[in-house]
Amino acid sequence: MSEKPILLAACEVAKHFGGVKALHDVSLTIRRGEIYGLIGPNGAGKTTFFNCLTGLYKNEGGYFVFDGNRLAADAPHKAAAVGIARTFQNIRLFGNMTAIENVMVGRHLRTNANVFGAIFRNPATRAEEVAIVRRAEELLHYVGIHERAHDYAKHLSYGDQRRLEIARALATEPKLLALDEPAAGMNGTETEALRLLVEGICRDGVTVLLIEHDVKLVMGLCTRVAVLDYGEKICEDVPAAVQKDPRVIEAYLGGSVA
Amino acid sequence: MNRRVGKTVSWQRHWLGMLLVAVVLVAVPFVAALGGQAWVRIANFAILYIFLALGLNIVVGYAGLLDLGYVAFYAVGAYTYALLASPHFGIHLPFWVILPFGAALACFFGVILGAPTLKLRGDYLAIVTLGFGEIIRIFMNNLNAPINITNGAQGITLIDPIRIGDFSFAQTSTVFGVSINGPHKYYFLLVTLAILVIFINIRLQDSRIGRAWQAIREDEVAAKACGINTRNIKLLAFAMGASFGGIAGGVFSAMQGFVSPESFSLMESITILAMVVLGGMGHIPGVILGAILLTALPEALRYGIDPLQRMVFGHPVVDPESMRMLVFGLALVLVMRFRPAGLWPSSQRRRELSEGTH
Amino acid sequence: MDTLLQQLINGITLGAVYALVALGYTMVYGIIGLINFAHGEVVMIGTMVAFTVIVSLAGSGMPLLIVLGIGLVVSVIVCMVLGWALERVAYRPLRHAPRLTPLITAIGMSIVLQNVAMIIWGRNYITFPPMIEKIIYDIGGASFTNVQVAIVSLAAVMMVGLIYLVHRTKIGMAMRATAQNPHVASLMGVDINRVIAMAFVIGSALGAVAGCMVGSYYEIAHYQMGFMLGLKAFTAAVLGGIGNLAGAMAGGILLGVIEALGAGYIGDLTGDFLGSHYQDIFAFIVLIVVLMFRPSGLFGERTGDRA
Repeated sequence: MSEKPILLAACEVAKHFGGVKALHDVSLTIRRGEIYGLIGPNGAGKTTFFNCLTGLYKNEGGYFVFDGNRLAADAPHKAAAVGIARTFQNIRLFGNMTAIENVMVGRHLRTNANVFGAIFRNPATRAEEVAIVRRAEELLHYVGIHERAHDYAKHLSYGDQRRLEIARALATEPKLLALDEPAAGMNGTETEALRLLVEGICRDGVTVLLIEHDVKLVMGLCTRVAVLDYGEKICEDVPAAVQKDPRVIEAYLGGSVA
Repeated sequence: MNRRVGKTVSWQRHWLGMLLVAVVLVAVPFVAALGGQAWVRIANFAILYIFLALGLNIVVGYAGLLDLGYVAFYAVGAYTYALLASPHFGIHLPFWVILPFGAALACFFGVILGAPTLKLRGDYLAIVTLGFGEIIRIFMNNLNAPINITNGAQGITLIDPIRIGDFSFAQTSTVFGVSINGPHKYYFLLVTLAILVIFINIRLQDSRIGRAWQAIREDEVAAKACGINTRNIKLLAFAMGASFGGIAGGVFSAMQGFVSPESFSLMESITILAMVVLGGMGHIPGVILGAILLTALPEALRYGIDPLQRMVFGHPVVDPESMRMLVFGLALVLVMRFRPAGLWPSSQRRRELSEGTH
Repeated sequence: MDTLLQQLINGITLGAVYALVALGYTMVYGIIGLINFAHGEVVMIGTMVAFTVIVSLAGSGMPLLIVLGIGLVVSVIVCMVLGWALERVAYRPLRHAPRLTPLITAIGMSIVLQNVAMIIWGRNYITFPPMIEKIIYDIGGASFTNVQVAIVSLAAVMMVGLIYLVHRTKIGMAMRATAQNPHVASLMGVDINRVIAMAFVIGSALGAVAGCMVGSYYEIAHYQMGFMLGLKAFTAAVLGGIGNLAGAMAGGILLGVIEALGAGYIGDLTGDFLGSHYQDIFAFIVLIVVLMFRPSGLFGERTGDRA
């Protein structure tokens, strides 16, 4: 695994809210083709790390190097442009748009039609529009909700909404897909299906960063895992080693890590 | 928004409908003229407001930006036309130079106002745009001294009508044996412009840009995460709305032959916004309905209230002007009370509302 | 130097009035997120009612202070009822409607109230009878009147009272809780409807007092006066950070002072190019500039995007 090139390096990333240190000099490296897990108890700073990475928050200290370039992510759309796509812990879909339209919005970044194209519908714009629809259909197929393509996003079931969010993120052609607790609120069957989906995504060449509460899922899925506790990285290793780490067991109070 | 299904099936009915609409549109001024030339002018204003309301619809309905100073851009267009085609400065440029110039200037103002403020939360944006509208109006009111630019509260008179060669929109002329007077000509010009703006609204709705606007309206954070440069895309909506306002202002100037700051009060902005919201935000037929109703209602009341009072009480009890505005205000309140999504919302919005979510 | 002092005094007087009106906007906004456009009209009605009462009692031989007091109390009561009715009839049914719907309703109510006032009080300016004998005090080349003293001190009393109410009483606590999270507040047994109604009633009472102040200060009233006053006051509320009581007060005073100073110095600043009739644009220019650098107002909480 270690011979693969580094995709993302976080170097001493720090973020605080008022007096509270949400992230304390967190460093980690994610290699191409990995499924990298980020776990930790509630409030450990996982989502804050995500938000810094994707430009939603501005980190006060440290920096990210992504794909060989320093990330100047002061705006989320720039992070998306360099190839970091994300989902949200509390699903954020465009509820009053259909499933396929949600994915089509994801294509925004990789398409070019401007106002003039929209008004005049020149051949290039029409061709692009056809390509957008086709790609969106493919992605809905890929995540397995194509039969719901023309339903409003808010009418989808919880599990399907999670899948739709992943499809929308994939539409931006990411190199790194950051999933914020994708299995939250899912039952066993849905979680298993999700596991297969994430594995598939990774196999198809997208590196995955996974925040998850479901430790079992993380341990079964991830190639490496970092553990955050109170804003600090206390451990980073392969799942088997993390599970045995005494600091991790302590952080999880009594070692529910198994 | 993907209306690909059934496209071929109903195209005949589609064209038939279009033909019917065209016949009605051509007939309107001649029918209205039966009730007096005033009604042709009212019809003209209704269409001008359709144009304005659909311009604002891009900003408010599509991108979800609450703009309470839309009239400022209308004013910029109107004064640009007035100053460049009137004896005030002795400049008489042709309309095809000034109208685009006015639109560009309005667009420019839209961008300089929008660029720093579009990151603001919705209601703050509302008050900033409102303030901008007032600033423009105050300047128009007072820029008559020490250098007389706008002629102050008196406004600018004797503005040139739109003229193509010898064909002036202010005079009666005979086309194919039919005598067409000034208001009729403006009617057809306005209808053309309105069809254009409707077309643009429809095309934008189903485009990459339109989806981006809708995404921003739904969830700005998620839209950013999808790689949408929300500030630029919002600015685009803002600038487009402003340009339409500028064009409408120019036509207004030419049609009236007179502009004064009075025509660009906050009340005007509010009326246009009310057309959009009352009709059904983001829904083109709704917005058109809203514009027609809110133009026609006060006029109908103007002609209706006085006789009504005389009929009921034998003499006018209250000032018809205030009664007219009173009914207008009540109408806004009542429509919002009983049709919170507007008179003719898109089916989607109606569904949202019946579910109690928004 | 004396111009500066004079304009400061005038600005603070005007600012006190703005602050009281701004509180009405900010309370309602803080709790239900609605720009109550009709609030300016409530203030105008307050002025008009006070005028009617004072004029009709002027010949009764009652002592002046009593007449003024009755005028104030009646106008406060009328406005409280009006504020309550506005909420109950116009806004409450729309609590779950799309965001712009109640805004249009508010605008509609504003038009209705203006025209009702015009039908009752006519379309001309109404001049207050010069009943209060003005006493002029001089300090350092500038002067102020007893009316100004009364306005500023009454405003101060009202503000302290409001702060006490919001921070030390049960209904105040309920208001703050509702502003934070109406749903949770209702689960804790807070009667949301009552709290919202109270915000309107209290705001309208403050507005009525402000209306009386404006009337006695300018000695003139007009059915359209509420509009610009309301607009300025709303600007003040936004300037301070809407939803924030202390912010509204500070914003009001600040706006008054900026306007007065602006009107006093604009001629000098622009080489007489722009005159004092540009007074009204200062409010908006300051607002735009402040919001550019502090998007949530001077004292507003910074609300970042949350994921």
